[in-house]
Order: sequence, then structure tokens, then C-alpha cells
Amino acid sequence: MAVELDVFVGNTTIMDEEVYKLWLDGYTVNDAVKVRMEGGVMEECEASADVLLSDTMDQYRTFQMCERLLHSPAKLANQLLFQITPHRQAVLIERYYAFDDAFVREVLGKKLSKGTKKDLDDISAKTSVTLKSCRRQFDNFKRVFKVVEELKGPLVENIRQHFLLSDKLGRDYAAIVFFANNRFETGKRKLQYLTFQDFAFCAGQLINNWTVGAVDHMVEDMDVDLDKEFLQELKELKILITDKDLLDQHKSLVCTALRGKTKAFNEMEANFKNLSRGLVNIAAKLTNTKDVRDFFIDLVEKFIEPCRSDRWTAADMRLYLTHYTNSAHILDTFKHQVVWDRYMGVIKSCIFKMYHD
Amino acid sequence: MPGKLKAKIVAGRHLPVMDRASDLTDAFVEVKFGNTTFKTDVFPKSLNPQWNSEWFKFEVDDEDLQDEPLQVTVLDHDTYSANDAIGKVYIDIDPLLCTEAASVISGWFPIYDTIHGIRGEINVLVKVELFNDLNRFRQSSCGVKFFCTTSIPRCYRAAMVHGFVEELVVNEDPEYQWIDRIRTPRASNEARQRLISLMSGELQRKIGLKVLEMGGNAVVGYLQCFDLEGESGLVVRAIGTACTLDKLSSGSAPNTNTHTHPNTAPASNACNSPSKDGKEPVFGEDLLSSSGPPTPFRALPTSSSSPPPPFSPSKPCSRQSSSSDTDLSLTPKTGMGSGGSVGKEAGPLKTLLRQQTQTALEQREFPFFTLTSFPPGFLVHVGGVVSARSVKLLDRIHNPALGNTRSYKLLDWNSVTADEPETRDAWWEEIRQEIKSHAKALGCHAVVGYSESTSICEEVCILSASGTASILNPRFMREGCLDIGIADHRFEEPSPPSCGFCHIPYDELNMPFPAQLTYCYHCRRQKVPDVLFTTIDLPSEASVTGKGCLIQARLCRLKKKAQGEVNATAISNMLPFMEYELHTQLMNKLKLRSMNALFGLHIQISVGENMLLGLASATGVYLTALPAPGGIQIAGKTPGDLSNDHISTIQKRINDTIAKNKELYQINPPKLFALDPEVFCGINMELNEELVGSPIPEPRHRSRLFRSHSESSDEVSELDLSHGKKDAFVLEIDDTDAVEDIHSLLIDAPPPSGFYSCNTEVMPGINTWTSGVQMFTSVRVFRLSNANLTNQGLNKIFTDLCENLLKSFYFKLRSMIPCCLCHLNFTVAVPEDELIQVAVTAVAMTFDKDQTQEKPAEKPITKGSGDTEEQLQFSMELCADSSLANSQPPSKISGVPESSNISSRAASVDYGSFADRCSTWLELLRLKAHTIRRGSVKTISSLERSSPLPDGRSRSLRSTRSFGGTSVTVVKMTPLSFLPGTRIIKYLGIINMFFIRETTSLREEGGVSGFLHSFIAEVFAMVRAHVAALGGNAVVSYSMKECVFMENPNKNQAQCLINVSGDAVICVRESDPEATPSMTNSAQSCSSETDTAT
Repeated sequence: MAVELDVFVGNTTIMDEEVYKLWLDGYTVNDAVKVRMEGGVMEECEASADVLLSDTMDQYRTFQMCERLLHSPAKLANQLLFQITPHRQAVLIERYYAFDDAFVREVLGKKLSKGTKKDLDDISAKTSVTLKSCRRQFDNFKRVFKVVEELKGPLVENIRQHFLLSDKLGRDYAAIVFFANNRFETGKRKLQYLTFQDFAFCAGQLINNWTVGAVDHMVEDMDVDLDKEFLQELKELKILITDKDLLDQHKSLVCTALRGKTKAFNEMEANFKNLSRGLVNIAAKLTNTKDVRDFFIDLVEKFIEPCRSDRWTAADMRLYLTHYTNSAHILDTFKHQVVWDRYMGVIKSCIFKMYHD
Repeated sequence: MPGKLKAKIVAGRHLPVMDRASDLTDAFVEVKFGNTTFKTDVFPKSLNPQWNSEWFKFEVDDEDLQDEPLQVTVLDHDTYSANDAIGKVYIDIDPLLCTEAASVISGWFPIYDTIHGIRGEINVLVKVELFNDLNRFRQSSCGVKFFCTTSIPRCYRAAMVHGFVEELVVNEDPEYQWIDRIRTPRASNEARQRLISLMSGELQRKIGLKVLEMGGNAVVGYLQCFDLEGESGLVVRAIGTACTLDKLSSGSAPNTNTHTHPNTAPASNACNSPSKDGKEPVFGEDLLSSSGPPTPFRALPTSSSSPPPPFSPSKPCSRQSSSSDTDLSLTPKTGMGSGGSVGKEAGPLKTLLRQQTQTALEQREFPFFTLTSFPPGFLVHVGGVVSARSVKLLDRIHNPALGNTRSYKLLDWNSVTADEPETRDAWWEEIRQEIKSHAKALGCHAVVGYSESTSICEEVCILSASGTASILNPRFMREGCLDIGIADHRFEEPSPPSCGFCHIPYDELNMPFPAQLTYCYHCRRQKVPDVLFTTIDLPSEASVTGKGCLIQARLCRLKKKAQGEVNATAISNMLPFMEYELHTQLMNKLKLRSMNALFGLHIQISVGENMLLGLASATGVYLTALPAPGGIQIAGKTPGDLSNDHISTIQKRINDTIAKNKELYQINPPKLFALDPEVFCGINMELNEELVGSPIPEPRHRSRLFRSHSESSDEVSELDLSHGKKDAFVLEIDDTDAVEDIHSLLIDAPPPSGFYSCNTEVMPGINTWTSGVQMFTSVRVFRLSNANLTNQGLNKIFTDLCENLLKSFYFKLRSMIPCCLCHLNFTVAVPEDELIQVAVTAVAMTFDKDQTQEKPAEKPITKGSGDTEEQLQFSMELCADSSLANSQPPSKISGVPESSNISSRAASVDYGSFADRCSTWLELLRLKAHTIRRGSVKTISSLERSSPLPDGRSRSLRSTRSFGGTSVTVVKMTPLSFLPGTRIIKYLGIINMFFIRETTSLREEGGVSGFLHSFIAEVFAMVRAHVAALGGNAVVSYSMKECVFMENPNKNQAQCLINVSGDAVICVRESDPEATPSMTNSAQSCSSETDTAT
């Protein structure tokens, strides 16, 4: 004795946002019913567990049928199967493409390949995001990646246009795509303290300043690939550390400016050459793909960690980097001001963002 | 009579990938009409092809235009093998044939495949050029408008209501032809879809012809149904009400009600008070002429007095109204020069009408109306529900012409009736005669809210018809309805419209059955019954106390499996008992809610192999004009068995429930201040006889049984079943079953707060609708365990199934509170041995709670005059009567010799109930054998799923973000005849669509629920697309008339047939001053959409 078939179809598709969330989070129907019961919907409308189960099943089915359309959100607007209000469509899409920070942190910078997909159960166990939800999020990343990979024009805009996402979510996806494309290493232990938003911010900086698109607006992959010419030019910055005079000159300029302004002055002075070597070396090595991948780990190892061990405050950091950057302009034998600014602009803001516990 | 049909294929989008290698499709389109086919070029390697074809022109007869759909097939070109079909679109071009409807069909249509469902969309443009005015041609009936709506459509005015039209067409079911064994399921499904489309077209054309003959120009309340009789064939039948409609100019009359209102009051007054009218001369003339026509109701009032016969007043009335500016209804009489009075009525039409009068009178053979709500003043009195059922054995529809030919030649069954006395036509004829005679017995000359339905299981078929016997105001009709004997003295006093319809139509002194009458609690002038059952909607002018609510009676009865005649006899023997029990349930539930009238009553009895299901739905109301119902009294039959405590507990529960319901439905009629002596006396007597509480006679006490022989249905012998003191108690607890029954009475939970529900158009007592509308369809199938189930157990399961469905609706729609579920339309079926299927279509509408005004009871109401009689007429009849008897001796079939012993022989029973125009038809055909035959059919991977994602990887940015303004027109759907907050400015034509969906990968599609869910969603989508293509933005009077679902999970297969209908309309918000629809022609938005899509 059982209900063998049970469907409810509205002319305007009925969707409960709470159930949608549960579905997206990968709850099974039964678990979702439990959650809803605890949430107290039943009292709201004198419903019984059966009613709740039936409703949840219906909604799950509806979402499953919609999922195909959500994969190319533009279709949702002109498909005929479901009559959904534009506002509701926007909500559906936005929620579908939303992701868990814990999950994205795990796959950020990894190749969006089958191999990674196989590791999703580990990630699921680690992040306590359900495997189903992990898969959806991973597939979303991959889908966005594939679509924008070959498009011209600004990355964020492309993502927003094609997936009808909000500006914020569009930027986050741009970061994910950018990281995946350049395979930045983010998983090392030393990087664990960084949040997705830290990386997303850095990605935004890199995209806006270091990619081809920063120079030319209509090139393929313009926002995904770093500007090769620029990377080449970065090698020239080595003079800052290889030329002994220049290095000393730079140090004295910075120290003069900093003296008396910070408690950490002694450490700064002592460490100047090391720190400067670290930053310039990172710049000089960026022509190697391998070193691009290690960009963030290098930043942390070569710069952030030494500073942290010397107990610099964030204000110290700001002060130091500002003067460090500006002083280079005064060096009369240093000819690469433009490249220096382009490089240090990004480095500065990245380090500001990354310098926390 | 030729016309030119032109079609242009513009573009496609979202096509499925047909070529795995390239992930693309080389699509082209075949456009077929009749036997002519055109093709577009192949548009290579695209999922969004732009054909932009030339105009394909078909030169065809308008007869074909009416019958045939335009068939658009999308195919994938394949150089080396056969081209693969992607899917089809059938476009019904009927709306283009009517000048007032749509002028062009243009828009995106879902490409539908019976195996894969919707596979992309295609943009098509269709136009028709008709060369001449068509009304003169015999075979076609272009120009006759069809409406599913069962009231006068909102932007029209009924100049005349001609009456009943019916037609049926039969054919072999392609699914049962020999060729089906070798063709693919797809081919078979498509053959069926196409055949039914053809048959509906033909049926509509034929009905149109009849309407033209009668002088009408429209069919209102058009109800078309299919009987899938399996091996014996396929019947498509339709009934409707022929009318002459005049379009209201939108400027002058924003809505019909206000338009007609001014003249209703004088009209109805005039009706009821002839003497005041002072138009004697006219009247005499009318009298003469109207007595002439040979109508079935010739007999003049035998009983009483009434020198000015009832009809006479109405004549002056029609005159009066016509000379005023409304010109409603002018009925030219034969041989009578009433020309002077005609006013604005168009001359030519009138002449036409006059010419046709003779035919029209013949049509009056059945004074039936499929309408359920009427222009004010139309309905004079309501007698009660009449219904008839009969059980038939299906046999092959013998037809030499059908023989072995494989062509879909359509045959009009009428044309072969001469050879074949055993026809479906004859069956219906018989039933209708019976209905007519029942109506007559109730002193009524017409039946309104009339509907017909069937239930088929194997070779047994139950035909049912029901309606509400009533007396109509003849000014809307031609003569013929006037000369009826009724208690005329009532006409001498004006009865206010708010209660007039409640007054008894039959003669008090010569009542068709013993009944307890009281003086109307509203006007106190005329007699009213204590309870009123009807199949119609609550008249808008009726005065109601409190709110209404949905009342359902549910019943399951086990039956032995049997074959042929034995089976038919068994079923027909069970029917009267089921009807009786359903009725008892309804009465008890009505009383439990402290209400006194049922509207929209619809009783469905479905037959399965081992059980019968009965479901009666209605909307209960407290009519101010009727006496207050008494309570329910419990009594133990044998005091020894059950303690008095027990009884009093139950009694208390019942009383509590009644009190609670009164509060819930806001039924607070003022206490009575004066009792009619008659009533008072009656109460006293009963009080004396009974113990305590309000006296209620036992239902049986009130049921009068009519036994009518269908051969001569005029003679109705009356059988008073029971008088006696033992019947004075309503509910006797004499065994555990009775206890169960009482418990089940109390089981029905009231809707949660904020919700109301009804099965009529709108909820009595609510009139402040806001614009929130959510139409939905829900289907549940319940599998019974094979354990030995008792009737009681089954009842419980069935009741729970229905109750749980309602609870689910309330829960799902909770965000709409305060809201009312309107037009809840349940259909039940027994698709297989252990399955019960319930399908519901309804609409949830929001309303403004604060402004809800309850109509206060205008007059004090008597309380406690609980004596009730029902004007229910319980006529039992030998079921397998005449038609079966033709082939077999009757005694064999029924197993009982004809006698007056009612209980032994009862096939068709009527008493108060059954209606609901829209979804009467749920026939379940068991096609198991067929499904099995399909076993080896190729499996289809779910291509749907893999539909192309990044097909048009456009390298350019899309110019617009598309979710701001969707390109898809929003199409609202509702089973009601209106959308709250809007005004219908144009009817674009009838939507009548039939779809089959089949799968051989049931699991992959999400099991039975997933399969049906997507199918229903697809059907909605296709309806919306067709409406949008006609330029419409809403469907009113939508109904799902058929939902036949069959599954074979072991084979991973399922099949479903759905038939839906409705009226495509353009509506604008009420606040919008002018009639420009906000949405422009969808073609424009569509074509611009095409650009962005590529």
C-alpha cells in the first residue's frame, strides 16, 4: 500500500527557496524532510510528514528538471517548459552558481579535470560539504571555465553575460577561472590561512594589471593569461638586487624615509636586502610557468613570513611597501619605472590583503 | 469552398544534437496539410537553424481547414541513412477561420516527440485567406465560435440561447489496428494523435453546422470527450449550447454584468408579475403562438388556477427589454409579426432565425444547457439534480466502411445508424430521454449545468449524464420553453432575484415526491425546499450566509471480477447503492457544516476490474432563503450493544463539529423571529417524536425513488420507500460499520486557516479577489496491497487519498494565503486492479481578507426547522435496459425480471447530483496487452538530457542580458471563466489538444512520477505556446479532460494520454483603460529573440 505516483505541476512553477537550498546542499529527500520538520514548517500549515515528503519530492523533481536549463542560464529565459518569473529565475541561477568557500578553497588553482573530480569525495569529507554539492560546484567551475576560455573581452563581463550572474559572483568566478587557468598553488600548508576572498582579491588585481587584457581589450583569453611581454620585462627588475650600488642606494632611501616612523625599523633595516631580493626574484622568475604557480607561496615564504616573524604590524607593512615602491623612482640609474609600478602595484595590494593571521 | 492556407517556417532553437560526431544537427522542416507536403532547405550544422522559408501555400477546401491540423515536422537530414524525425508540431488553424478571433498564428512552438517529449522550439507563421463569406456552405461551418466557458463569454451578450447541440464520431483506434504490431510506438502514437485531431476537427465542424441550422453563431459550454473503447474503437463526442452571441463593444460596456444589470431588475419583475405589466394585447398574441409548437411539455398546468399562464408574463417582458436599449433576446415567433419590438436587432439575422425556427424546435428535443452560470434573470427556478446512468457492454463498432481499410476515413456514426441500432448515439439518446423525463417529473422544462461522461473498464462502459432541472426565463430563447405546467401562483408575486431560483418549480399540491416545504426565508412569499442540490454555479445574485466550502463524498465498493454480461449486471446492481450512499454522505456532511445547499455537484463513478469508485464533489453553501439545517442525531439501535455513553460521546463530537464549522464558515443566520405556522407545526411534531437535538429525518426517509423504464420514460412511477418512526433518526449505530461511517464523517479536516476551497467558479462569500493566480494539476496513484481489503478499509484509503491531496495543496500554496482553491476538479479512475488514480486540476486565487464582505443575512432566518426532505429524485432503472435488451433478452442481463422491486434492478439512478462540466471524463482503458506488445521496442536513451549546452558558442558578447525582459509571453491559465483583476477583451478560439507520451526508459526519466511530471509540464508549455502564438496571454476555462496513465515498470515502460481544452483569450488589467493588450504580437518579440539566440 503506497503512493506509487505523486506529482503536482503548477502553471507557474512553484519553488520553495528553502527546499532549493537543501537540494543544492545535496541533501537527500529524506534528510531534507527531516530538516524541514525541525524547521517548523509543519506547524505553519497543519501539514503532516507525508505532505512534507510529497512536497519535497515534487520540488526535488522540479529542480532536477530545471538543472539542465541552469547549465546554460540564458536558456532559462526563453525556454517554454517552465513558467518562472524573471525575478525567480535570477534567484535560481544565482543560488545554483553560489558555492561554499570551504569547497572552493580546496580546488582553487587545481586543474578542473576528471582527476580532480575523482578527489571530490576526499574534499567532501574534509569540508563536510556533501559530495553531491561538491560535484555541482565543481561542474559549475568547469562549465564556466570552458565557456569563457575561448571568449574575447573582459572575463568578468563574459561570465556575467553568459551565466547571468551578479557582479560579485561574476568576479568570484573570474578568480576561479583565472586560478584554474594559471594553476596557482593554493593548497600548501603555509597558504592555508588564506581565505578564498583573499585569493579572489589578488586574482582581481592580477587580472586587472598583469594580463594581456590590461593592455589590449579585444584579445582572446585576455583576462586569463598573464601578459608574456610584461613577464619578460620583469626580468629587468633584477638590476635592483644584482647591482650592489643600486641595492644600497635603495636601502638607504627606504631607511631614511622609515626611520622613526615604526617600532620595527631595526628589523626592516636588517632585513631589507633579503626582502628586496625576495620580491625582485619572484618578479624575475615569473616567466617560468612553474614559478607562476608558486607565486603565492613565494610571496608568503619570501616576504610575509619573515615580516611576520619580526612582528610587523599591518601598518608597518603598508609603510614599508609604500616607501619601498616609491623610493625606486628616485633611483636615477633605475630605468624600469613603468614595469616596476605595474609589478609593485599588484604586489602591494596582494600583500596587504594577505598579511593577516 | 476554397481557402488559401499559408505557412512560413522562420527558425528553430534549442534543437537536440542529432549528429553525435559533430554535436550538431542538419535540420529541415516538412510542412504538411492534407495530402500536400512542402519542405524547407536543410540548414546545416546548427542547433539554432534560420530557415526563413518562403510562404508555403496550400489551396484547400474550408471543410478541410476545419478538420485538419497543419502538421509541421522537424527532421535531421542524413545523407546516408533515413532522415531522423526530431519532432512535430500540430497547429489547429480553426481560430483563423473566424473573423473575430486571431488573424495570424505566429510564435515559438515546442517541437514535440511522443517518445522524447519537447525537443527544442520552432518559429512558425500561419495565415489563412478565405475567399468568401462562408456561412452559406453546407459542409463547413467556418465562423461558428466555440467556447469551453460554461457561461456567456465575458465580452459577448447572448442575443439568444438556442439550446443543446451534440454530435459524435467514431473510428477504429490506430493502437488496435493490426499494423500496430509492426510499426514503432512513435508511429502508432502519432497516428493516434493525428486521428484524434482530425476527429475533433470534424466533430467541431459538424456541431458548427448544427448551430448554423439553428440560427446560432456560437457554441458555449463546449465539452468534447474521448472514449477509448480499446478494441471496439474510439469515440469522440461533444455537447454544447448553441447561442447567438453579440460582441459588446469594449468601450461601452466594460463588463457584462454592469451592462445587463439595469434591465434585469425590471425584467425579472415583469416576469413574475404579469398583471402589473399592462401589456395585455401583446400577451394574448404570444399566448396563441406559443402554444402552437409541438413541445414535449405541452400539458398545461393541470393543478391550479393561474389564469394568466406562467409564460405569458415573460413575453411582455422580452418585449419590454427589447424596446429598451438592451435588446436582449428577441425571439421571433413563427407566424407572428413581432417585428415592431425588435429594436436594434439586425434584420437579416432575424429573418434567418425565423426561417430556422422550425428546425430549432426540433432541436428542442432536449432542452438541455451545458451552461453553469447564466445572465441575470435567466434562471427562474431550480428543481434539483437529475441524473441517469446506464451500463453498457462494448462491442466492436461494426462498420463495413471501416473494415480493413487503413485510411483514416472518418465516419459519422449517425450515417450508419440505420443498419446498426446498437449505436453509441442511441445509448446517449436513451440517457438523455431519461434525464428529460426526470426533469419533467420535477416540474421543470429544462436541464441546466448538463454534462455527460463515461467510465470504461474492459468491455463494460458506464454512461452517465446529469444536470439540474430548472425553469428558465424564456426571453432568452425562442418559444417552446414556455408552456409548462407549474405552480403558477408563484408568478403572481414578484420574487426577488436573490431567492427566486430557490422557489420550487413543481406544484405544491401535486409534488413529484413528498417534500417538506417552507416559505422562503428571504421573501416569505413562496415555498422553498429545505435542501437544494444543483450542478450549476451559485447564481451571482443569490443571497448567501457565510462562506461556502468543498464537500466530498467518497466511496469504494469491491466487486467480483467477472466478464461480459455478468459483470455488467453486477455493476448495474451496485450503482444505485453507491449513489444512495454517496448521497447520504453528502447530506450528512452538508449538515455537519450547517449548510443547506450544494452547487456544482458532480458525481463520478469509475469502474475497475474489482472495484467501483464513487466520488461526489460539490460546494456547500448556506442559502439565506432556505431553512437552516438541523443537526445530526445519533441513536443506538440496540441499547444493549453500545452504551449510551458511547452514543452521547459521538453525539457530542458531532455537535461540536457543527458548532465549529458554523464559526469557521461564518454561518450566523439571525435567529428566527417568526415561524410559518406550517413549519412550526412540523417541527413540533418532530420534536415530540424525537428525543433531543434537532430533528433530522433519515436520508432514506427523504429519498423518493422513481423507477423509470427507459423505453417509455414519460411514465414515472413513484415509490415512497419508507415512512415510519424508525427513520426519524439520522444515524443509527447498529453495528461497527455504522461507527466507522460516523468516524469517517468526522475525518474531513477543514482547510487550514487562511484557506477556503470550493469546486465552483468562485467561492460563495468571497468577492474581493486580488490578482494572484496559480493553476495546477496534480495526479496521484495509489497502489493497494493485495491483502484482503474490506469495503471499509478501501473507503478509508480512498478518503485519505483525497484528504491528503487537499492537504498537500494547502501546504504547497501556503505562500498565497489568504487564498481560495477554486474549481477543484477531482477525477478518479481505476487504471489497474490494485491502483486508484486521482487527478485534480484547480486554481488557487488570492483575495483581500480585510475587504471581504460577508453578505449579511438580509432577513432573519429560522433555526431549527430541521425537517428536511430533499428534492432528490431517486429513480432507479433497469440498467442494461433497452439497448442491451435489443441483443439479448433483458432478463438474462439483469438477471431480474422487470418488476417494481427497486432494489433488485437498478442501473441508472438519479437523485440530486452530478455535474461539473469540465472534467467528467476520466475513462481508464486498460491497455496492458498493448504495453506488453510493445516490449521489444527499441530503447531510447534519454537524449533530452544531453541536449546541447554550449552549442552556439558565440564568440561575441550577447547584446542583452536576457533575464530582465523575458522573450516568452507569460500565459496565465485558469479553469475559471475569468481572471481576477483583468478584463477579457478578446476570445481567440478554442484550445483542444491531445497528446500521447511514451517512454521505454522509465527509470532514466525519474520513474513514473518523473515521467508524468515532465509530461504535464510539457502539456502546459504547449498550451501556453499555442495561446501565445495566437496573440493571447491567458487560457480560461482550462480543463484536463483526460489523463490516462499506464505503466509497466518491469519493462521500464510507461504511456500517458492527456487531453486538455480551454479558451485562448487576451485580457488586460481592469485598470487599463483601453483595449490594447499589453503584450504585442508575440511574433515580434520572438523574431528579435531569434537574433540574440544565435
